[in-house]
Amino acid sequence: MTTTEPIAPPTGAPVPDVGRLTPRQLRRARRRRAFARSWRQYRENKMGMLGLGLLIVFIAVGIFSAFGGAGPTSPTETLQNPTLAPPSLEFPMGTDRNGVSVLNLVIAGAWTSLLVGLMASLISMLLGTLVGMAAGYRGGLLDGSLMRVTDGFLVIPWLALAIVLAAILGQSLWIIILIIGITSWPGTARLVRAQVLSVKERTYVERSKALGGGNWHVVTRHVLPNVMPVIFANTILTVAIAILSESGLSFLGLGDPLHITWGTVIDQAFGTGAITLGAWWWLLFPSGCIVIVVLAFTMCGFAFDEIVNPRIRER
Amino acid sequence: MGTQRYLLGKLGQVLLTLFFILTFNFFLFRVLPGDPVSLLVRTTGAELTPEQQDELRAELGLDQPIFPAQYLTFLGDMVTLDLGESTILQPGRSVLEMFTERMGRSLILLVASTAASVALGMLMGIYGGWRRGKTFDNFSMGSSMVLYSMPEFVLGIILLLIFSGWLGWFPTGGYTDPVADYTGIAYVTDVINHMALPFMTLTLAYLGEYYLLMRSSLLDVMGEEFITLARAKGVREKWVLRRHAVRNALLPTVTLIALSFGFVLGGAITVELVFTYPGVGLLSFQALVDRDFPVLQGTFLFFSVGVMLANFIADLLYGYLDPRVRAS
Repeated sequence: MTTTEPIAPPTGAPVPDVGRLTPRQLRRARRRRAFARSWRQYRENKMGMLGLGLLIVFIAVGIFSAFGGAGPTSPTETLQNPTLAPPSLEFPMGTDRNGVSVLNLVIAGAWTSLLVGLMASLISMLLGTLVGMAAGYRGGLLDGSLMRVTDGFLVIPWLALAIVLAAILGQSLWIIILIIGITSWPGTARLVRAQVLSVKERTYVERSKALGGGNWHVVTRHVLPNVMPVIFANTILTVAIAILSESGLSFLGLGDPLHITWGTVIDQAFGTGAITLGAWWWLLFPSGCIVIVVLAFTMCGFAFDEIVNPRIRER
Repeated sequence: MGTQRYLLGKLGQVLLTLFFILTFNFFLFRVLPGDPVSLLVRTTGAELTPEQQDELRAELGLDQPIFPAQYLTFLGDMVTLDLGESTILQPGRSVLEMFTERMGRSLILLVASTAASVALGMLMGIYGGWRRGKTFDNFSMGSSMVLYSMPEFVLGIILLLIFSGWLGWFPTGGYTDPVADYTGIAYVTDVINHMALPFMTLTLAYLGEYYLLMRSSLLDVMGEEFITLARAKGVREKWVLRRHAVRNALLPTVTLIALSFGFVLGGAITVELVFTYPGVGLLSFQALVDRDFPVLQGTFLFFSVGVMLANFIADLLYGYLDPRVRAS
């Protein structure tokens, strides 16, 4: 099947030879062009590019640490090091109570902190999208009851719930990911529902239905692709919140004792009395990492939001 | 007439949410982990023979079917404000009493800091949004995003390092000086001295968020046609801002601020821990460390009801700010 309808080429993009393309190729070409267009808009946003740059650095550090790039972090390997040494050339971020270089701890924490943030937002995105799509597309009683549950979850104070769940279920990385995931989906669900409600009334959806498109076809081919950018922007912002949440849980001592994250480093430092010992480096370097990474995700999220949400762009 | 119906509707929603919270709480503590007795054994390593465990179960009514008998008993307990007794922290002490004893301290801290950050954040947001892209806006935008990205406890630690460790202006924590026995004015000054840093932390922690919310809401409104109309009519800029823009921009902000209370309460737990401020947050932390489940359950209930009430107040405020809500 070929399309005879000419497609308006976006400015500056090469026009594909529409007549000879299969529908799949056509779709891919369109997607590529849409992506290139968004990227051009994104590149103009200074804040977004700064955030992206910072993120790439931290992700590189994270991958480096995932492959065991961090130096020794176990007290048994650092017996010859000075303890609680302030930053110096040998230990750029100082050492902790056991003589472990704080730089090593920060690098080792990068991977786990990012992983928790990304996985938790993935869960939150899937749950939120599922609930929001079902409620928005189906409507009626299902919508009503799903939204009541969502509102109920919105008023549940997440940290109190997370504390209870962690106390009951135990302390492991996956449980923390799960906890953050299932406490942060309601916002996404409401957002997705609102988007679906507006998309499903559009004429192309009506046309698709008139041509015999089933619900599954309409949802996967029309509704989801149109809602996707908004979901994506929201997910980037959720990663920021998830990393903050993880640090809070770890600071309360709910972190996985077998893994180093920035939050658990701060928890240890604070618990050891780093403040009275004056060991600011032990506290401030991991804290700075949290702030920078969360800031980077937030900046990327805001910048992307400006592209997908034309209302904001106009201002 | 419309106002009354609006209030009744909101009250109905509150009751429904309360019911949801209670039910959720019940299932969280009764169904998920097995039951409180096996939880006690598993998490605290209490040595109880199977017979003793059964006895304890019978005593707590856990040998009854979960639904409806246990559920109804639970609801009855909640209605009469019977939150059970602490098992480890202060064995035998009523959980409700432990909370009411500390609630005042947390409440004063939270109300004061929330009021300060909402007021400041909104004012700054209005000014920044109105003069978008100017020096003030750029500066506050940048600092707001940094504050927004900073966990509350990190901010607390930084303030503690600067003002307490380095400058020595404020005590490192607590509610009063444990050695000195102040009375009268001296006591009040002492308390204020201890509250200053946690107050500053909580105020600054949410200032950024409220700034961003208010600013973006104002910018949204500024693009509306009625603003252009007001200007075309020759309304002075100051009045366009006050009567047309701000009034409408407040509406979504109020809702979003109310929704953020869940996070504020969560932040209060970590901040109270940083400053060892003996409020409800520190109590929940201690309950967590000792795995004192009745107190934990109380924490969860307390916090949920707190957020719910905050949302209810926001709804009432919303009705006051927006006459359309009452009319429809």
